[in-house]
Amino acid sequence: MTLTPLRPQTTTDHLSLLESHAVYILREVAAECERPVLLFSGGKDSAVLLHLAVKAFAPGRLPFPVMHVDTGQNFPEVLAFRDQTVARLGARLVIASVQEAIDRGRVADPGPHGARNRLQTVALLDAIVEHGFDAAFGGARRDEDKARAKERILSFRDAFGQWDPRQQRPELWQLYQGRVNAGEHLRAFPLSDWTELDIWQYIARENVALPPIYFAHERDVLRRDAMWLAVNEFIQPRPGEHVERRLVRYRTVGDATCTGAVESDAATVEAIVHEVATANVSERGATRADDRFSETAMEDRKREGYF
Amino acid sequence: MQRTTDILRLATIGSVDDGKSTLIGRLLVDTRQLFDDQLDAVVNASERRGVGDLDLSFVTDGLRAEREQGITIDVAYRYASTPQRKFIIADCPGHVQYTRNMATGASTADLALVVVDVAHGLKEQTRRHLCIAALLGVRGLVVAVNKMDAVHWSPAAFQSVVDEVETVAGELGFDAITCVPTSALLGDNVVDASDHTPWYPGPTVLAALESSDAGAWTNSTNGPRLPIQWVLRQPGGGRTYAGMVNGDTLHEGDVVTLLPAGIETTITALNTLHNGPDVQAGAGLSIDVALADETDAGRGDLLACAPLPRVTREITATVCWFGERPLTTGSRLRLKHTTRVTPARVVGLDGVVDVATLTVEGGDELRTNDIGLVHLQTADPLVVDDYRDNRVTGSFVLIDEVTNATVAAGMVGRAAFL
Repeated sequence: MTLTPLRPQTTTDHLSLLESHAVYILREVAAECERPVLLFSGGKDSAVLLHLAVKAFAPGRLPFPVMHVDTGQNFPEVLAFRDQTVARLGARLVIASVQEAIDRGRVADPGPHGARNRLQTVALLDAIVEHGFDAAFGGARRDEDKARAKERILSFRDAFGQWDPRQQRPELWQLYQGRVNAGEHLRAFPLSDWTELDIWQYIARENVALPPIYFAHERDVLRRDAMWLAVNEFIQPRPGEHVERRLVRYRTVGDATCTGAVESDAATVEAIVHEVATANVSERGATRADDRFSETAMEDRKREGYF
Repeated sequence: MQRTTDILRLATIGSVDDGKSTLIGRLLVDTRQLFDDQLDAVVNASERRGVGDLDLSFVTDGLRAEREQGITIDVAYRYASTPQRKFIIADCPGHVQYTRNMATGASTADLALVVVDVAHGLKEQTRRHLCIAALLGVRGLVVAVNKMDAVHWSPAAFQSVVDEVETVAGELGFDAITCVPTSALLGDNVVDASDHTPWYPGPTVLAALESSDAGAWTNSTNGPRLPIQWVLRQPGGGRTYAGMVNGDTLHEGDVVTLLPAGIETTITALNTLHNGPDVQAGAGLSIDVALADETDAGRGDLLACAPLPRVTREITATVCWFGERPLTTGSRLRLKHTTRVTPARVVGLDGVVDVATLTVEGGDELRTNDIGLVHLQTADPLVVDDYRDNRVTGSFVLIDEVTNATVAAGMVGRAAFL
């Protein structure tokens, strides 16, 4: 049997296709859901996501607020970037505060040097209920982690905010359907099919602004758990640890207590694109203590309602 | 620094234990897509489960239950790129109860990568999934005839599987078929050409994927379509209409018809995300357009160039049913087609497809994972093409009114092979 010849789409480059797909998802969810919100940490993925959201609805205003899940243990450069960006766009910022969750007794205080990453789940779910959000856009990518590799672009969460990886909705073609009942919500991941390299190539193409800590700079660091951790109000040297001044940059930006720096002299976006294209270690493996606890650390956190 | 590459989306098909996850693992490892820490994690997991040096299937089986049971439950998406192109790989489950997940992976695929155990030939489940892939519009196949090491690299054993594949693929109407003798476990003919198959003149699996036609989304016999997603208000009071182009390239100056209203107008301006004002946009690009005439166009409407799609409240469709309760005449559901959601009712069931014989049998219900021919009525008019002409305007999903779960994949019209 002979079918009509296919029309190859070789005339369109991969970044334009990824960009168009992400914008399509943003518009579908914004149209079908009552109260979406965009999760914005100030990291590179959420900066790209916000950039795409602005493009999707320009020249109109962003039709939803942005939310920062604030562990209270931030890099000051990232908080400044968050506030500048929100002000520049005239966006409405909602802050879901882990410190408040601790103060209200919703979660146990892990102590002044404890990691607060996992506590973000409670602050996030509380804020979703408080504001009545029915969809939350996130910048997660499937190439980041094996549990994320399994997740749908529109990921359903039950009334307890949980993800059930064995009962995901079928997701056919680009027919993203965002219907949920009261109390349930969706997570929407427009960057699902992007890799770390795609993100950096897109940042280069679009001149997306980023916090300065992504670029090589000198910083006081110490070696712990095979990572370079910045010395700051949260991380102080323990007996036997030495503070050194090194040329570093960050590949991911998260809680300041568990995000490590990598040694790098890449001071421009172009240098970073080259560095990422030739990297030997994954970004989460290089820089995130929170994913090292077990084979399924991310799956376990996601089931509970993490990003 | 910016290289221009396109994207090939592919889905994997294979029965349990034919080595599908191992093949994907091999493809990723040998094209150096895995970082050292990810490879170390696979080695560690393999050692803990006592399965030898390196179980490559652990690269893709990421969920706790999958590792414990040694099966793939849901689609795992993997990414690879070579200087030629970026690959988006949907590694699909082989078990029959996870057919919904296989359909999820195949619905966006340009091509299917099929893994067949040379000693067993095409199993029932592989035939079933080839049938679903064909229904979903996948036109190209790359077939890894795997575990060739277990049959001492016998050309006769390879050829007998090739014959079987070509017979089935011919019945299902696949366009382009490449069969490759492989050992995913040992790495032969996956990325690197094998020394064991001097009698095989063809490409490796990777070379076949690199040279395959991408973009099976549509064919160009139908005109361009733009389902309207969102209306953008422009400064000064004008409006533009945003959506993703499908079917064919849309141009500034094209005469278009706004459907279902049937109003003819002209595209006076076209904006792409990357270039801003542009003269044309191909399939897969998100754009917004201005129209010459004042209309009340909005979300759910569609702009099309001739030959125009049909406007109808009644469709006959091929449906893959995933619901737990059977679909019968009288079932009420929601239907999402392009950017429109409308109530729908099943008014007739023409038969159930036997995927082994590709015949349509009588029947009065569709049970979980059944494929059938269904008549539907909708409350609002739909603007449809046949699925074989357009994968976007020819497809829909059915949604349970109570749980909001997606319970069916629907394709307008009847597949040519049924």
